[in-house]
Amino acid sequence: MVPFAGWEMPLQFSGIVDEHNAVRGWAGIFDVSHMGRLIISGPDAAVLLRRAVTFNVNRLKEWQSHYAILCQEDGGIIDDLVVYRLDRGRFLVVGNASNAETDRDRIASLVEPGMDVTVKDTQSRTAMIAVQGPRASQLLAETVTAALIEQLPRRGCMEFELMGAGAFIAEGGYTGEEGYEIIVDAGRGHALWRALLTARAKPCGLGARDSLRLEAALPLYGNDLDTTTNPFEAGLGWVVDLDDEPFAGKDALLRIKREAVRRRLVCLEASEKGIMRAGFAVLLNGEVVGRVTSGGFSPTLGVSIGMAYVPVELSEVGTSLEVDVRGRLLPARVVKRPFYKRS
Amino acid sequence: MTETPKDRRYSKDHEWVRLAEGEALVGITDFAQEQLGDLVYFDLPEPRTQLRQNSKLGEVESVKAVSEIFAPLSGEVIEVNQQAMDSPEIVNQDPYGEGWLLKVKPSNVSELDSLLSADQYDTFVATAAG
Repeated sequence: MVPFAGWEMPLQFSGIVDEHNAVRGWAGIFDVSHMGRLIISGPDAAVLLRRAVTFNVNRLKEWQSHYAILCQEDGGIIDDLVVYRLDRGRFLVVGNASNAETDRDRIASLVEPGMDVTVKDTQSRTAMIAVQGPRASQLLAETVTAALIEQLPRRGCMEFELMGAGAFIAEGGYTGEEGYEIIVDAGRGHALWRALLTARAKPCGLGARDSLRLEAALPLYGNDLDTTTNPFEAGLGWVVDLDDEPFAGKDALLRIKREAVRRRLVCLEASEKGIMRAGFAVLLNGEVVGRVTSGGFSPTLGVSIGMAYVPVELSEVGTSLEVDVRGRLLPARVVKRPFYKRS
Repeated sequence: MTETPKDRRYSKDHEWVRLAEGEALVGITDFAQEQLGDLVYFDLPEPRTQLRQNSKLGEVESVKAVSEIFAPLSGEVIEVNQQAMDSPEIVNQDPYGEGWLLKVKPSNVSELDSLLSADQYDTFVATAAG
């Protein structure tokens, strides 16, 4: 067990590589109850969220979800989130554990007089379990519900009844595989976990969660994203809707886009033995040009991979760089994002 | 956990050394591989490198972390276990057998007296693990 954002989390159960491979080839389950969960509801819920995040939530139909970013006024990233539209006036916002209170306070601070909306933190009353892997839908059909899973489109979500209580399921996840995330009330979380274990889902810890998301080149807040980074340099321009409607950080993001970014988050793949890890310097001809923000060993590729912010002129795919691994220079190449894509 | 073999000595840095016919085999303990988890790379010295007891001889990288390996005795490296270099997972599977790391010609076998017996090492690990 390791401490993580105030939670005690398992780093691994059977072993990181074993869990990783189970998710790529079968199905794994993750207890992600540490994730922040806010319910934004009321006639002005969409108005409030449009002002809070970079993605225009008005584009979401009911029971659809989208990735979104919460920015500071200067365009720095406060958190990355998934926004689920439940019905016209009700949204679920899932953010990072380390930012749960910041997100809630930030969104609540954007409520203006006269707005009819409430922001409710449901994290402590619910449990959240992710089921990820090519067999995820089959396992869920065996344990939870057969009919509902088949109806769920990509990025879709729905409420349903589970063990006699209201529950929520959404297609998606953080591993690069097909998968689902289920939210149940806290008292039923354990029973759901047991049921999935009985259906032979592999229990997975934070270690595999990190190696899986890194192969899928999904950024991790606190590593690849923070308030000193902006969505454009992080490769998340596709989540920024610079339309006519105002939102927090929009002016800064317009300026950043106009002036063009100076650095980019790139994917690096080592060409030799050795493991790049977060914090290691990235060099070109002996000069430090950036720092690894996430790094590790890719069980799927069999080499070390990582992400780093480097100057735009060094961000082209194929660029040869080096990573300082405790004094030894590990050759690495900029490669196409992501490292792994499911077939 | 694998039983700690009684035919060898152990360092507090979690290496083992086994003497046989004037040569010493060196490896890491079951506790070490268990703590490190999935092993990925070993960085080990070439043959003819001189080792000094308790000084760093190399590194092992696991998915989780990197760890230094210290020489449990002084001597000259005769052979590196290429199988362990190519497939580090065998050290996870069999740290006391197929997963040995180095064959060393000891320069002073009395150094082994400063190392722990299997029983002492088990006690040390149990205490360290709290």
